[in-house]
Amino acid sequence: MSTTTLAPEPATPAGRNPEAVRRRERAVPAPIPFGRIAGIELRKMFDTRSGFWLMASLVVLSLAATAVTIIFVDADNLDYEGFASAWGMPMSVVLPMIAVLAVTSEWSARSALTTFTLVPGRGRVIAAKALVTAVVGVVAIAVAAAVGALGYLGVAAIMDLDPVWNISFTELAQVTLASEIGMFMGFMLGTLFRSSPAAIVAYFVYALVLPGVSSALASTNTWWAEHATWFDLNWATMNLYSEMTDKMWAQLGVASVIWLVVPMLVGLRLVLRSEVK
Amino acid sequence: MIQIDALSKRYGRFTAVDNVTFTAEPGRVTGFLGPNGAGKSTTMRILVGLTDPSSGSAHLLGRHFSQLPNPGREVGVLLDASAQHGGRTGREILTLAARTMGLAKSSVAETLDRVSLTEEEAGRRVRNYSLGMRQRLGIATALIGDPEVLILDEPANGLDPAGIRWMRDLLRGFADDGGTVLLSSHLLHEIEVIADDIVVIGNGRIVAQGTKQELLSSGETYARSSDPTSLGRALQRAGHTAELTTEGAVLSDADLTTVGQVAFDTGLVLSELRAADGAGLEEMFLQLTAETQRDHLETPERNAA
Repeated sequence: MSTTTLAPEPATPAGRNPEAVRRRERAVPAPIPFGRIAGIELRKMFDTRSGFWLMASLVVLSLAATAVTIIFVDADNLDYEGFASAWGMPMSVVLPMIAVLAVTSEWSARSALTTFTLVPGRGRVIAAKALVTAVVGVVAIAVAAAVGALGYLGVAAIMDLDPVWNISFTELAQVTLASEIGMFMGFMLGTLFRSSPAAIVAYFVYALVLPGVSSALASTNTWWAEHATWFDLNWATMNLYSEMTDKMWAQLGVASVIWLVVPMLVGLRLVLRSEVK
Repeated sequence: MIQIDALSKRYGRFTAVDNVTFTAEPGRVTGFLGPNGAGKSTTMRILVGLTDPSSGSAHLLGRHFSQLPNPGREVGVLLDASAQHGGRTGREILTLAARTMGLAKSSVAETLDRVSLTEEEAGRRVRNYSLGMRQRLGIATALIGDPEVLILDEPANGLDPAGIRWMRDLLRGFADDGGTVLLSSHLLHEIEVIADDIVVIGNGRIVAQGTKQELLSSGETYARSSDPTSLGRALQRAGHTAELTTEGAVLSDADLTTVGQVAFDTGLVLSELRAADGAGLEEMFLQLTAETQRDHLETPERNAA
């Protein structure tokens, strides 16, 4: 049927123009590769002033730790382990914060709104963040180890000492694993709370308050004193700084499942399903 | 093309979006109008997969948003211009979007230029941006992937009148190229200026939808003449209604041509002849907002509008 209706007012000519309404021919774009998402997530760790300095602090801290070791430890007692323990402590504080913020800054700054509309597969974004976090942890330890080694070599050359390399590759790998566990505790708390202050406070409760509670309990309760390493991830992780027995690995596994794997599953579900506002 | 079908979202006993159905057509700018808290943003978040609906469905270009392989290349989204990390520069935020979509580096500078952000402004951190600049950056993020569909939540917020005009021209051009635009606003005036089609939402429900002309026109004719009384009488003699307004114009239910013809036959000079402003949409909109607004109008003087 063809009729011409006399409208009281003509409609906007451009909007009615059938030529204009014709959809532009375009190819369906290719899916976003995972590597690209990981690259973006890595870039996001550096591209704010706070993020940049948090990363830079890893290098600064390993330089400072090396310098402090050279200045304050007697030449007779100087060995590589001394350097390693000097940068171990600051690393164990800063690395988990990087992991927490990798997750929570999306929610605290609400940039998740943009991130998840550009990549609707939230699991891919979180997987990319996890990968990048793990890599940053390994690189940070490698940098600290290298800075410590160079400092030690320098001071040994100047003072004509024989360097004592009393840390094996296995020990270094265990220390790296310990710091990765700390980072992923932070990452897990980030997914659970999706708020920077809440997750950071929760991390310090875990890392600073719980060990005290656990050892207080152990001093009054003999069962806990004997079995705590099965249930206390801080305790089980501390063993990584010494030689690990099979039992210790088993304890680390059990404690990790309780403290890390199970809550992480809850956190991931929250991240994947919860409303992003 | 955006299709929203029987969409509902409930939070416990509160229904934020209640059985909403509408379509935004390609080549048209569709305005999503409603007071604050009416369910506009929730509907838009469901549209882009940030919120799961309780029931119903939302499709873009015939697919669910999560099925788009590279959404930024097909659907440009701006939900909240302030939802960015304040420590990043404008250029960095746009670069992140461009890289995620796999676009050429040059697209960043081109798009900054398109939204009139200068080099110097793009290098500033977003926490130092005015709301208007954030909106421009947000629109740039939505546009950079050369999408077919634009979804913009309150994009005119914080823009000055020149900015609103710029955005109208930009969206007009986008729609004329065959794109689909859905934009929301809580201000009737903004929607009037920008949109072709209007969907009005209140308390989660759609209360009106249609073209701007349908919704805005009252069907009456507004005429000014040197002798309004004679014009009014002549119209009444021809079987039409005629009222004199306070400003000395005539309002009639006759259409434009009839009023012109009557004036001509009576030998009156018309100094103005047009479709009367519809008070209907504004009246409805005020009723929607009445429950939540602070300034209760005891005796609404609609004639003044």
